[in-house]
Amino acid sequence: MTAVFELWDETRGMEIIAEHASQEGATLVILHALQEAFGYVPEAAIPMVAQALNLSRAEVHGVFTFYHDFRHKPAGRHVLKLCRAEACQAAGGDALAARAEAKLGVTLGNTTADDRVTLEPIYCLGLCATAPSAMLDGRLIGRLDETRIDALVAEAQR
Amino acid sequence: MSMKIFIPRDAAALAVGADEIAMAFEQVAAKRGLPVEIIRTGSRGLCWLEPMVEVATPGGRIAYGPVSTEDVASVLESMASDGPHALRLGVAEEIPWLKRQTRLTFARCGVIDPRSLDDYRAHGGYKGFERALSLGSEAILNEVTTSGLRGRGGAGFPTGIKWKTVTQAKADRKFIVCNADEGDSGTFADRMIMEGDPFLVIEGMTIAGITVGATKGYIYIRSEYPHAVEAMNAAIVAARRGGCLGDRIGGSAHSFDMEVRVGAGAYVCGEETSLLESLEGRRGIVRAKPPLPAHRGLFGKPTVINNVLSFAAIPFILAEGAKTYADFGMGRSRGTMPIQLAGNLRYGGLFETAFGVTLGELVDDIGGGTFTGRPVRAVQVGGPLGAYFPRALFDTPFDYEAFAARDGLIGHGGIVVFDDSVDMRRQARFAMEFCAIESCGKCTPCRIGSTRGVETIEKIINGERVSENLALVEDLCNTMKLGSLCALGGFTPYPVLSALKHFREDFAPIPTTLQAAE
Repeated sequence: MTAVFELWDETRGMEIIAEHASQEGATLVILHALQEAFGYVPEAAIPMVAQALNLSRAEVHGVFTFYHDFRHKPAGRHVLKLCRAEACQAAGGDALAARAEAKLGVTLGNTTADDRVTLEPIYCLGLCATAPSAMLDGRLIGRLDETRIDALVAEAQR
Repeated sequence: MSMKIFIPRDAAALAVGADEIAMAFEQVAAKRGLPVEIIRTGSRGLCWLEPMVEVATPGGRIAYGPVSTEDVASVLESMASDGPHALRLGVAEEIPWLKRQTRLTFARCGVIDPRSLDDYRAHGGYKGFERALSLGSEAILNEVTTSGLRGRGGAGFPTGIKWKTVTQAKADRKFIVCNADEGDSGTFADRMIMEGDPFLVIEGMTIAGITVGATKGYIYIRSEYPHAVEAMNAAIVAARRGGCLGDRIGGSAHSFDMEVRVGAGAYVCGEETSLLESLEGRRGIVRAKPPLPAHRGLFGKPTVINNVLSFAAIPFILAEGAKTYADFGMGRSRGTMPIQLAGNLRYGGLFETAFGVTLGELVDDIGGGTFTGRPVRAVQVGGPLGAYFPRALFDTPFDYEAFAARDGLIGHGGIVVFDDSVDMRRQARFAMEFCAIESCGKCTPCRIGSTRGVETIEKIINGERVSENLALVEDLCNTMKLGSLCALGGFTPYPVLSALKHFREDFAPIPTTLQAAE
C-alpha cells in the first residue's frame, strides 16, 4: 500500500510542531512527526522547529542531516529497503541487491526516473534468521530469493 | 468449546507470512463451521519453522510448521481431529531445539499474548516486582550484584555496580533509559522480547526505577523496528491502565512512568552516550567519559542506561533469587545469554542457554551447519564490530573473557555464519565502510580512519602493493583501536584484523580460494 502524505502547509506544520514542542528533547520527535505527515521534512519547517524549541537553525539543520531516516524531499511512490548487513550478506543478499538494482535501473539510495520506486539500503531489520530480508512500504519480507525479489520489484513498479 | 490457535505476530514470522496464515485460519474455520479463537503471540524463536502455529490440547500445545497458506486447511483438519500431519512437530516444549535451552529471560516469549497484562501476570509476571517492593533498595542492589548480571548490550559491565552508583548519586531527578537500539546485524533478541513479552522489559525498568529512585524511564527503540515500537507502546498503555505504571504503582509509595522514543537510523546511537544525546534531541555525537552516565546522564542527571536484555533479566533474578540465576554460567559470565543464530544456518533463531556452550556446538550442532549445504568458513560473533572466527576457534566457550582472550567479543550475542563462498577481503572492507557510514564524526581515528581503511583495503583487493598496504591496514587498525572515543571506531578493527589473521589466504595477491570458486 502506498502511503498517502499531506501536501506541505505551513499552518499544518505549525500545528504538528506545537503538538510535540513541550516534550523534553523534542527535536527528533518533531522531525519524525513532520516526516510522517508530509513524507519528508520540508526545508521551510527547519526554522519553524528552531523557533519553537528556542534553538538555532543550524542546530536543527544539524540534527536533521545527522540521521539517515530524514528526507529533504519526498521519496518515490514506493520505498523498497533491502537489508545489506552481514547476516543478509551471508545468506546471498549481495546478488539479490544487484539484481534489484539492475531491474530498477538505479543504485541503492536512489529513486527511479519515473518517481515510482526509491531503492534504499537498510542496515539490519532484525530478521537475521530468515534472511535475506526487505521492507516494502513498511511491509516485511523474509527468505528472499530471485523469484521473490523479482515479485517485489514488480509490485513496487506498479 | 472453541479451539485455541496460537499464531506469532513477531516481525520475523510476519516477514514469512504469519498475517496471511492467521487470516486463512479464520476463513477456513468459518467455512467449516469450526469455532476457533486465534491468539497472536510472540515467536518461540525457531525461525526456520516460522510461521509456526500451535493449538492448545489437553496434552499441551501442539506445534506445526513452517505453515504456508496452502497447508492451512489440512493443518486445521489435523488440529480438529488430533490426527497426523507432515508439518506436525508435537508438543512445542518437547521440540529438542527448544527443550535443550535454558529459558529464563525468554520463558514467556511465544507463549503468552504480549498485549495482555493478565496473561503476563498469569505466567509469573510482576512476581519479581512484588519481591523487589518487599526488599527495598539496598537488598535489591545486593540481589542484582550477587546474580553476577553483566550488561547484555555487549560491554559486560556489572549491572549491580552501575545501579549502585546511580542509587548513591544525589539529584533532584534520575532516569532509567533502556537501550533498544539493536543495530548489530545478526541480533534480534531485543526485538523479539519487545514484541513477544514487552511487560517483562517494563517490569525490569520499573524495578530499576524503585531501586535507584528514578520516576521516569525512556526506551529508545530504533526506527527499523516499527512492530516493536507498536508492541511497547501498547504494553505501556496497558500497564498504566493496570496500575503498573504511573503514580503509586502496585499500591506502593513509588511512582514510575515511561515512554518510547524512536531513533532515526543512526547505528552509533546504540552507543550509550550517543543515545543520550539523541534522546535529548541532538545529533548522536558520542560524549567523552567521564563523567559516566551514572553520574551525569540524560539531561545531566544520574541515569541507569542498560540494554533491553539486561532489564529483561531482572524480573527473574528478583523473583527466583540471585543464586538461582548465578548457578548458571561459567567463570565471571553468570546466568544465561539469549544467543541469536543467524545468516547462513539451517536452524537459525533464538537460543537461550547458560554461558559456556562452545561456538562449535552453536554452529554445527544447534545451528545444523549452513542451509546452502557448503562448509562453514567464517563466523562473525557480536555484530559488525565483532571478530570473524574460523573453524579452528570453534572450541571457544561462549563467555566474555574467553572471547576476549582470542581477540573477539560476544557483544550482544549475535552469531552470523558464512559458508566457503565468502570473500574475507570484502567482509573486511565492509567493516570499514560501515564504520565510515555510521561514524558520528567526533573523533579522528574513527571518522578519517574508516575512510582510509576502505581505500587501503580497496588497493589490496586491486593487488596494489599488497604487503605494504596490509601493514598499513594493521597499523591503522591499531590507531583506531587505541585512539577512538567509543566502540564504533575502537572495535571496527576486530572484524578487519581477524579477517587478516585467520583468513590471510584471501589477502594474498591472487587468493587461492577465489581461484577455486571461479
